[in-house]
Amino acid sequence: MIEIKDLHKSYKMGSNSLHVLKGINFTAESGELVAIMGSSGSGKSTLLNILGMLDEADSGDYTLDGVPIKNLNETKAAKYRNKFLGFIFQSFNLINYKSAMENVALPLYYQKIPRKERQERAMKYLEQVGLKEWAHHLPSELSGGQKQRVAIARAMAAEPKVLLADEPTGALDSTTSYEVMDLIQKINDEGNTILVVTHEDDIAHMCKRIIHLKDGVIEKDEKVTQVRASQYV
Amino acid sequence: MNFIFDKNTWQEIFGSIGKNKTRTVITIIGVLWGIFIYIALSGSAKGLDNGFEKAFETVAMNSMFVWAQSTSMPYEGFKTGRQLQLKMGDVSVLENRVPAIQNIAPRNAKGVFGDEPALVVNGQKSGNYAIYGDYPVFTKIATKKIYDGGRFINDDDIEQSRKVCVIGERTQSELFDKDEDPIGAYIRVDDIYFQIVGVHKFTPGGGFETDSDIFIPFTTFRKLYNTGDNVGWLTIAAYDDADVVQAETDVKSVLKSIHRVDPEDERAFGSFNLGEVFNRIMGFAKGMTFLSLVVGIATILAGVIGIGNILLISVKERTKELGVRRALGATPNEVKSQIILESVFLTVIAGIMGIILGAATLSLINSITEGGDFPYANPTVPIPYVLGALVIMVVLGTLIGLIPAQRAVSIKPIDALREE
Repeated sequence: MIEIKDLHKSYKMGSNSLHVLKGINFTAESGELVAIMGSSGSGKSTLLNILGMLDEADSGDYTLDGVPIKNLNETKAAKYRNKFLGFIFQSFNLINYKSAMENVALPLYYQKIPRKERQERAMKYLEQVGLKEWAHHLPSELSGGQKQRVAIARAMAAEPKVLLADEPTGALDSTTSYEVMDLIQKINDEGNTILVVTHEDDIAHMCKRIIHLKDGVIEKDEKVTQVRASQYV
Repeated sequence: MNFIFDKNTWQEIFGSIGKNKTRTVITIIGVLWGIFIYIALSGSAKGLDNGFEKAFETVAMNSMFVWAQSTSMPYEGFKTGRQLQLKMGDVSVLENRVPAIQNIAPRNAKGVFGDEPALVVNGQKSGNYAIYGDYPVFTKIATKKIYDGGRFINDDDIEQSRKVCVIGERTQSELFDKDEDPIGAYIRVDDIYFQIVGVHKFTPGGGFETDSDIFIPFTTFRKLYNTGDNVGWLTIAAYDDADVVQAETDVKSVLKSIHRVDPEDERAFGSFNLGEVFNRIMGFAKGMTFLSLVVGIATILAGVIGIGNILLISVKERTKELGVRRALGATPNEVKSQIILESVFLTVIAGIMGIILGAATLSLINSITEGGDFPYANPTVPIPYVLGALVIMVVLGTLIGLIPAQRAVSIKPIDALREE
């Protein structure tokens, strides 16, 4: 599903250049649940941004579902993001003047799906994350966990190939974190490919595979026994 | 361009502007105020324009009065201070020698310039009224509205010196009972019986005429008051395309040569040039129209710039939202067109509201001033002006929307998402 070969990325900081990614190689198969771990500055967010086509690598190859991702202009990147990727952010990034349902329906709007169908599909995914009753509430009326579940529903709504989660539990307490991870595991059980960036060990162990990043290179890439989050809920 | 007609685009835009009500309202007020000022000002200017035109509609715009005074310079052996008198012969000489003259009406009056008005009697009722001796051509220079069933003096009246008269509205109400038809009745004017042939409607239009004036044929006047060849004053209308100021000078110099007055003598003949006054007033009205146009457009401009300003701030506020939209798959063009359409939509809505409000205000002012002496009538804004304003608003709304739209997509989605 995801294939990365010799990925390099550096940022210019004035006259200095900060080499963040120093040759990353890895592949992720369809249906995997991968945790990307590392301390701050290890390059994990940069990697996720490149995977999410929000940022571009300096060199190296990136193939997503057989499609080479290279030399994208903004318009093309936006179309690929819409078609291939679902984002889950640490700070939820819901649009505050739209109701939960409208937030979930937003990626479908950019797929030019008619309003009625949009709303039906949004309701379906809201139901899946257990927030059907909250569909017409604004994000400000929801708790942190609920907001993240809306965000997950939004990421799912476009039926992407890969879900990218950037510290999905970073702003949540541990109980809520486990609820969110439980949801992510369930989505993975249905065969979706998910990449989770985290620096929390317990969250990482709820995935099936952990990639340890350190100073811009992969330090360790291990398969782990998945810890089900449902036992903590 | 399909997105403009896409229902979904508009639903998204309505969602965005409908849920940011304060922002929307503040934005709208700026342009609404601008277009309101524009409509109200240009409509009022037009109303003033119409009002002046209405006030002058009874008098030919390019007409003048000329009368004789006394000389202020000695000339050809005549001493200074000689009293001059216009004569009937002057009329044909003027017609021949001043080509700009379209119509010329010699007039005489009694009871207007300080002398005693005529005693007019009908049975037991009587009153003192001004009497005018007129030619039918006078109505070509100053329109006289005659009530149904009546007429003004005609050529036969002149030829036969008929004893007929046209009375005023007030004369009628003072000398006749309410249900009495004055047409055909006889009244006594300075002991001579005159048959009434018409009642004229008084329209205020400058000059010294009133609603009680009595008009009789010039030739009859001459016999009645023994004026011989004398003419009180001349009312002259120039051709529409003629220069009235030049015509006035020509008329006076011809009169000076007939009456053997020094060509340099400015005080021998008096004149009042309605055309010149009219031109000055119309020039004022045109200036008002122009001014209101400039002020109005400037105000619209200020309003639209206000919209741009608020949208720019709102784009800054919405950086994160726009970043999320782009992460979810909005292309830069979709983001841009959304912001531009928001701008245009707000501008147009505000504009239409302003037009309606302006029109309502104009009709309110109209109903207040209607029938009053204030020269103000039918204040309208020509449709091309309104459409022009709308087009200006759409164009400016688009242009001004481009700035925040460009700003919105100039930030990378990744940076937009990072912004807290």
